[in-house]
Amino acid sequence: MAAGGIDVEVKRERLGSPVEPEGLRVRDLNAHQLLRGADIEGPNRPAHLEGEELERYVEERVLTTTLDSAVAWARGNSFFPLAFGLACCAMEQFHTAGPRMDIARFGFEAFRASPRQADLIILAGRVSIKMAPIIRRLYDQMLEPKWAISMGACCSSMGVFNNYALVPADKFMPIDVHVPGCPPRPESLMHGILKLRDLVLADPPEGWRTRYAAVGTEEAP
Amino acid sequence: MSDGPGLSDYRRREQSVTLEQLEQPLDVPGVESSAELLTLNFGPHHPATHGVLRLLVTLQGEIVRDIKPVIGYVHTGIEKTAEDKSYWKVIPVVERMDYLAYYFNAMAYVGAVETLLEAEVPKRAQYLRIIHLELNRIASHLIWLGTSALDLGAVSIFLYCLRERDIVLDLFEMSSGQRMHTRYFQVGGVIEDIPPGFERKVREFCKVMPARADEYGAILNANEIVLQRLRGTCPLDAETLLSLGVTGPLLRAAGNPWDLRKAAPYSSYEDFDFKIPVGTVGDNYDRFAVRLAEIYESVKIVEQALDGLPEGPYITEDRKVALPPRHELATSMEALIHHFKLVTEGFRVPPGEIYNPIESPRGELACFVRSDGSSKPARVHMRDPSFVNLQALSHMVKGSYIADMIATVAMLDPILGGIDR
Amino acid sequence: MPDATGLELLAQELGDSVLETVYFRNRATLEIDPETVCSVLRGLRDRGFTLLASVHGVDYHPSEPRLGVHYELLDMARVDRVTVKLRVGLDAPEVDSVTPEWPTADHQEREIYDMFGVVFRGHPNLRRILMPEDYEGHPQRRDFPVGGEPVIFTRDERKWLEARE
Repeated sequence: MAAGGIDVEVKRERLGSPVEPEGLRVRDLNAHQLLRGADIEGPNRPAHLEGEELERYVEERVLTTTLDSAVAWARGNSFFPLAFGLACCAMEQFHTAGPRMDIARFGFEAFRASPRQADLIILAGRVSIKMAPIIRRLYDQMLEPKWAISMGACCSSMGVFNNYALVPADKFMPIDVHVPGCPPRPESLMHGILKLRDLVLADPPEGWRTRYAAVGTEEAP
Repeated sequence: MSDGPGLSDYRRREQSVTLEQLEQPLDVPGVESSAELLTLNFGPHHPATHGVLRLLVTLQGEIVRDIKPVIGYVHTGIEKTAEDKSYWKVIPVVERMDYLAYYFNAMAYVGAVETLLEAEVPKRAQYLRIIHLELNRIASHLIWLGTSALDLGAVSIFLYCLRERDIVLDLFEMSSGQRMHTRYFQVGGVIEDIPPGFERKVREFCKVMPARADEYGAILNANEIVLQRLRGTCPLDAETLLSLGVTGPLLRAAGNPWDLRKAAPYSSYEDFDFKIPVGTVGDNYDRFAVRLAEIYESVKIVEQALDGLPEGPYITEDRKVALPPRHELATSMEALIHHFKLVTEGFRVPPGEIYNPIESPRGELACFVRSDGSSKPARVHMRDPSFVNLQALSHMVKGSYIADMIATVAMLDPILGGIDR
Repeated sequence: MPDATGLELLAQELGDSVLETVYFRNRATLEIDPETVCSVLRGLRDRGFTLLASVHGVDYHPSEPRLGVHYELLDMARVDRVTVKLRVGLDAPEVDSVTPEWPTADHQEREIYDMFGVVFRGHPNLRRILMPEDYEGHPQRRDFPVGGEPVIFTRDERKWLEARE
């Protein structure tokens, strides 16, 4: 069209709509009028709101909160899990992100590859002694506040394999939620993540050291 | 690369640029070369390595000169744990090795023990085993397809494949109660007969699956990026693959139609009519096409198995090996004693050593069992195909770009659980 | 598998290296002298067994010699398998590596070294493959403890905690 191709004709016409221009009541109500209930129409319109009625009226329409719970609400509803699968549990983790047990409906579908951008590490699978220091380093690279879910029996306890090669995740990093199962169904993992979400919405202290009474375990410079 | 009058300026420029200078073989040391070598660590935590695989890649610019895989990050000591448990308790331990092909791990082990015991597996159990094995092959190829497409950038295929795999896992849950690691295969047969309604659901799935596989083929085969990344990249000929001990779809993509299901049939595979897809060039595209075609063949096998499913017992009648049915426990003293002995001590296996190979979705999966006459195995070793196939990786990617290396790792289909055991 | 007579003929052809032949459940095994492993495998390759499917180790404790290495060979043209096994003792756990002629044995011999402690002479890169590099001990030997964490049930928890202090 810009090159002068097609002919365009512009026509204005008035829509013969059932709503008349006068029927659209756009009014500027100031706060004073709102608090008096000036926007309620009909026979119930109060002349004046007072006391308890006023409180109820305000509660129905305005959300008050403290900054902490607002921040906790935001944090809990937007985990960024670390894309970290070790073994069989990773397959069930895929299914949690899959179309049937959709993790995206809770807002957690942004699996980040980099630990610096993630705040939830889901240890899916068995932790061998060769992998343990690497997981610890990944956990340290994550930014506060960070959470950890131990998915499956192998990292929560030793699981099926009680032997020389494995380490339960509790031994080297703090875990918030343990999800049992071998492997846990996607529903179980979802239940575990939602439990973590409940934990976070209750606004616990931020640093994991305060949460787990581990103050004093920082590395000496 | 196409050529002709319709080629735009952009394409002509694209094809005129070559990297000949970089592709020269490395110079004699001491001679100054303008390109330096950089060793990069594709660490165990990486979005594109399938599992915790660590690759030490030596690069010259973007060309891979050498690659060294470092493994062991999921080593679970499965073989050592298996020595500690009675024969039937080893089955869940061994299942968790190659965690996408769990029925295959169980099949290899159980086949070895049955050979040692000279136990006969009833025909119905063999057919049931084949149904579950081929469904598992489809599920394994679906995850391979999904994660490989994810690596190449086609994110939606991942979700489509998970949709199908959910249906397969529902079928497994129907027959054994568990989605993964079902310990459905037992020594002598399967643990339980299939429930009513299972056959109908499997037939529904078999009707749906080829159409869905057509969809995946249609999306990926028409996608220019996928084709350019897979066609002609990292080929390896069949002879080198054989000297490296590689079997399975990788070998079939290079043109050698070796498949244990046809060559040395086990568990009644000879009763079924199916083809073996074979590639020609042995590049990444052939590996992809061979696995995609295998899905159709597996669906055919499942349908034939359902059509021909014989009546009969689902586990061997030998009470010294298999648990008696529960209703007999109330009436027969012998059944009670057998049940007690089997559950507490387990059955004893005559001494001997057996190597039992089967065809898993990744190649020749074999189980070596040595028994010393007691109720616990003296050595269980799983010859895992991914462990051996990984050695071919450095031969495949030498001289190609990093992006091709990522595509090759995806097409290699490594499962770290099997590699590290 | 070559049948029993075929196995005996094969053993005769390979001569002195073969110490024993075992034909068990339709599978053929040749037990050979550890020093001759390369020549035996070469001889079998000439007779058609071109694919080395698996190299794995076994610990025969308490029977001596203790450490065994099994080579599984496959003849693809005739669909035949044969197992070659050798045994070495703990005092001299050295075997010639077959990696130069059979590249597939690379990682598998490293795994046997890692798990059992058999040293392969001539292996290009004999390091630990599954355990961490600085691990001590060879886990898959029969006298190596399985290890693991003690399982603490709730009823034992207090006793266990007290015992620890």
